[in-house]
Amino acid sequence: MLFFKRYLLPRIVQFLVVVFVGITIVFIVPRLTPVDPVQQVINRITAQGAFLDPAAVDSMRKSLTELYGLEGSMLQQYFAFWGRLFRGDFGPSLFQFPIPVTQLIMTSLPWTAGLLISTTLISWIVGNLLGGLAGYFKDRRWAKVLDNISMVIRPIPYYIFALLLLILFAYLFPIFPSAGGYSVGRRIGFNWAFISDVLKHSFLPATSLVVLGIAANFMTMKLIVSNIVAEDYVMYAKAGGLKESKIAFKYVLKNGLLPQITGLALSLGQIFGGALITEIVFSYPGIGTLVYGAINSGDYNLIMGVTSLSVIGIAGATLIIDLLYPLFDPRIRHR
Amino acid sequence: MESFKELMKDGRFKFAFIVICVLALMSILSFFSPYNPLKWNVVPRDLPPRWPHILGTTSQGQDLFWQSTFAIRNSLIIALIASSISRVIAVIVGLIAGYKGGKVDTILMSINDSFVVMPLLPILILIASVMRENLTMVTLGLILSLFGWAWDARVIRSQILSLREREFTYTAILSGTRTFSLVIKEYFPFIIPIIFSTVINNMIWAIGMEVTLAILGLTNIEVPTIGTMIHWAVNYQSMLLGYWWWILTPVVISILLFVALYLLSSSLSEYLDPRTRIQRIGKAGQ
Repeated sequence: MLFFKRYLLPRIVQFLVVVFVGITIVFIVPRLTPVDPVQQVINRITAQGAFLDPAAVDSMRKSLTELYGLEGSMLQQYFAFWGRLFRGDFGPSLFQFPIPVTQLIMTSLPWTAGLLISTTLISWIVGNLLGGLAGYFKDRRWAKVLDNISMVIRPIPYYIFALLLLILFAYLFPIFPSAGGYSVGRRIGFNWAFISDVLKHSFLPATSLVVLGIAANFMTMKLIVSNIVAEDYVMYAKAGGLKESKIAFKYVLKNGLLPQITGLALSLGQIFGGALITEIVFSYPGIGTLVYGAINSGDYNLIMGVTSLSVIGIAGATLIIDLLYPLFDPRIRHR
Repeated sequence: MESFKELMKDGRFKFAFIVICVLALMSILSFFSPYNPLKWNVVPRDLPPRWPHILGTTSQGQDLFWQSTFAIRNSLIIALIASSISRVIAVIVGLIAGYKGGKVDTILMSINDSFVVMPLLPILILIASVMRENLTMVTLGLILSLFGWAWDARVIRSQILSLREREFTYTAILSGTRTFSLVIKEYFPFIIPIIFSTVINNMIWAIGMEVTLAILGLTNIEVPTIGTMIHWAVNYQSMLLGYWWWILTPVVISILLFVALYLLSSSLSEYLDPRTRIQRIGKAGQ
């Protein structure tokens, strides 16, 4: 019970606060700007050359106001917004009318989830392993080489790095396809031909996410480990004549991984943003490309839906990592 | 001056410092540009790099060298606005949370952590897509500053927490120093190094966000920034058409800028970290 009160409850409250703050921002932002979203949509339609008589414009304005939940006082709108959120209703997509936003997101979600989960896991494991070893054996040649490489890669933003890979491996040396999630005209199915096609298409986006992720994990893990190495218990283990590999893996790496689990939970939002951008560069059919299409077509409902869902999704994933953390850290379990 | 000499011994700092100086020089050169950056067709189109257009020209008839001087200047201005205002927010939140403690701390930090965890990119996309044409450089800097403070507020708070428990805080309080002057006179000297080492990281983040939003076409794409230069190059299919100099110029500039800023911040924070300073003094003594 104490464990629940001390550890679990604050995490769950934090999850609710993140969702509350995020959704409130999503609610307030469009209402703070001087731009009237309803008028904007009408302008866009008339700008495309469609002629509308005033009566049609009026009825359109009315239905759009209702659609955006812009009826009633601010507080009423706010509660209505939460009500719709709980029902998972974000209204229809404006551009691909009348397909519901939720349905569009659900078709793109598996692509993003697959790319995101696999690349995050790979880069977390590889980056921490390499970073930990490089931190422990920091005077070795390979450690210094790796350090210099990741120091240069680390600060490059996702978009630029993806663009570089695209220029290199899709245009200059066309080894990989430059766009899409699978070849045009190929049937979606659970067979080797399709799977290998998907893997080939996702190779470049995955590589750019993995390389940047490894570099980031490498740098932080190396710093953490180089501090752990100076701790007394490591000195003691060395003085006691324990095998170097045992000290490195059993005492140093294991302890260094704990802050990295928390670090992963804290940086999920950033990683998610990076994945969106990478998808856009490679026209990978996930949420990122969906959002890009929504930006270009002014599909405001879809952007709202994606933003709300990603706030909830990332907060949820962070909560899951936080809840799993006691499994790895006995100090929290036995308090 | 002494510490600058010390820093220049670090190869990373030296490289970063030189690159930043060159880029800063370029941004100053923009004031002497012979062309108006907002006008199209001022020079022949699609010329490869050759004198007098040393970085080539674009399909819009703009000179890439002079265009990039404006781009660097504008990107740096956005980053400076964003990082300086977000520093103010971070210091205020960190000070109050760390000094007051208790309930105030809990509430401020849970809001703070929400900003750390939240996926900022979709939210910024939402904001930018609502503002669109109204998104000038200054408003973009302001918006970025409203979202970029959380991480550093936490760092400042933990510094204040440790300062508050020190002997001199009690001495000051008991001798009747007011909270405000205690914070300004006694705590600020400890916080200023943190502000400096976080400001560069925040600039990297702000420029990265600007590039991202500009590429998505969400900022004012008429104004040359590093992001809008890439936006136009991609939009005109410069890669497919073989105008490599067009896409390569902003990409190379941005990589140089990001790497230099990052190296600058990591060598600075290493220099400011007391633990590594002891190591350095130890090495000098040997």
